[in-house]
Amino acid sequence: MFVSRGALARGRPGSTSLLRSTGRGEVTEDPKESLEESEDELELELHSSNPFCSLFLFISASFMANTATRSFLQVAATEEATTPLRVVQIEGLVILKIIKHCKEFSPALVTGQLLGLDVGSVLEVTNCFPFPIREEDEEIEAEGANYQLEMMRCLREVNVDNNTVGWYQSTLFGSFQTVELIETFMNYQENIRRCVCIIYDPSRSNQGVLALKALKLSDSFMELYRSNNFTGEKLREKNLSWVDIFEEIPIKVSNSALVSAFMTELEAETPVTQCDFDRLQLSTSPFLERNVEFLIECMDDLSMEQQKFQFYYRNLSRQQAQQQAWLQKRRAENMARKNAGEEPLPEEDPSNPIFKPIPEPSRLDSFLITNQIANYCNQINGVAGQSFSRLYLMKALHEN
Amino acid sequence: MGSNEQTVLQFVPSPTSVSARVHPLVIFNICDFYVRRPDQAERVIGTLLGSVLPDGTVDIRNSYAVPHNESSDQVALDIDYHHNMLSSHQKVNPKEVIVGWFSTGSVTGGSALIHDFYSREVSNPVHLTVDTEFRSGNAAIKAFVSLSLSLGDLQLAAQFQEIPLDLRMVEAEQIGFDVLKPTNVDKLPSDLEGMEASMERLLALIDDVYKYVDDVVEGRAAPDNKIGRFISNTVASLPKLSPQAFDKLMNDSLQDQLLLLYLSSITRTQLSLAEKLNTAAQIL
Repeated sequence: MFVSRGALARGRPGSTSLLRSTGRGEVTEDPKESLEESEDELELELHSSNPFCSLFLFISASFMANTATRSFLQVAATEEATTPLRVVQIEGLVILKIIKHCKEFSPALVTGQLLGLDVGSVLEVTNCFPFPIREEDEEIEAEGANYQLEMMRCLREVNVDNNTVGWYQSTLFGSFQTVELIETFMNYQENIRRCVCIIYDPSRSNQGVLALKALKLSDSFMELYRSNNFTGEKLREKNLSWVDIFEEIPIKVSNSALVSAFMTELEAETPVTQCDFDRLQLSTSPFLERNVEFLIECMDDLSMEQQKFQFYYRNLSRQQAQQQAWLQKRRAENMARKNAGEEPLPEEDPSNPIFKPIPEPSRLDSFLITNQIANYCNQINGVAGQSFSRLYLMKALHEN
Repeated sequence: MGSNEQTVLQFVPSPTSVSARVHPLVIFNICDFYVRRPDQAERVIGTLLGSVLPDGTVDIRNSYAVPHNESSDQVALDIDYHHNMLSSHQKVNPKEVIVGWFSTGSVTGGSALIHDFYSREVSNPVHLTVDTEFRSGNAAIKAFVSLSLSLGDLQLAAQFQEIPLDLRMVEAEQIGFDVLKPTNVDKLPSDLEGMEASMERLLALIDDVYKYVDDVVEGRAAPDNKIGRFISNTVASLPKLSPQAFDKLMNDSLQDQLLLLYLSSITRTQLSLAEKLNTAAQIL
């Protein structure tokens, strides 16, 4: 098991992502296999002073004493094709934990790890734990890794699934599409076949909306990113545009029956909840103002990117003009030489600086910025829609 | 030792102004741990984290289970685990400290021993029992503090005295009970759907109030002055604006929102244009 670093979004302290090198990592119908594999690796870390070796999971898995040999099922499982991820199933417990963590530290941005199971086309998230906020310091890197190991070990003892399935992070007004996010994704993807990132926006939740999103990088984008080639032709080839970078996966919520029974009992008697109060609030201008501010900043960034491209194209066309001129001169020289009976000079001269190819700027940044802008626009639309309803409601109320 | 035995000793109940407040996350946590407990354990025991508010209320915000072993006369708690988890949790949130412990099921003989252990960690710990088996027919969550019974100078026993518990579900309400109650929710509600639901509830409430007022006026229901005053206060809280002023206000807001919508549409058009320009340019 190794630990690698993945720094997250701007201004946010880096976090280590604990990656489990389950060689195949394919989990199919038999989820207990991956757990046995992870048990192999974690076993190295367990101290013998722990008297409680726990069994796994509510799925009554038999504790296979001989964990060294791979079962037949595991070997067979590696050959299966991967089913596409269709739905992320989260438990109410996880949602509450994420909300609590993000709200406590808002406006600082926080992250945490998601634990759960990968079953067929559903990714189940059954538990999570938060990461501590650390400064950017090389020495504390090991501490972060220790914290993760410690948490995973402790959670395993109480029978919590300790299979990493992704991470969650909070965001401010939806500005989460950054290069660091992509890098973290790539890091996770190397070791976990299917991972998901859950984004929670505490500022939007004050409007009465549960702003929870599950994201995944699209496969075509990942291939392109690996080859690190973002030129125009490649993108046109793959028909990839800025919409295709992130895929949003629908979220389902599930709760255990016990919790459901408790909630039914403990539900407040009032017919109106806090949620309603938040939604029916008339003042949305602070939220909209900040949204528009961010939008403006992003537009500035976008126009800067545009200028970079323009600069590049201008340089390119100038260079081509120079090349043509030089070529003409060479051809004229060659004609003169031929007439004089000498050897013609080559028509190309790689040492001449005007033939040096100018690198094309990567489009990744502009794509990300475009994504962010689209997100802001969507948010503004949503809030404006809500405001319309509220205003008309108010009007009707007043007329009476 | 527990509160089920009859006691003939006199004790002076100290005026405990302590009360406890529990966040819904703790309940969820405890239920989850109970569902996942190892097969031989009857109940789950764990630590409660939180803080003590300045007015003496204990605010319970988080919890984690601690593996334990229980037989008829002995209780063994994994103390190392407890300390490890505590330090891990405190790395994230240093303000959360131990405020007590929880167990599913009710207070038993072993509870006193465990309570002793926890009182060594923090003064006056709160003991929370969550009745996961619904023995009394409804969800019973109780909080206790321990009072010591003494005869003269000799400490004899500890009595668990119940303290008032405040189950405030503010955070759960914010998510909405429609998401937390059923065992399966297919889709998180979007903005407009949530808005619709809230408005429907508001309408239902207004209908109820209307019916009540009708009933009272026609003499079908006894008038309650307090409710009447509430209603009149509410109605009076609508700001008194002349129709023109109100219209102007509303139109202004409407126009602002429309402007924003227009801006965002323009931005999106700009985005698609930019994209076309960027990727469609041919390099010779």
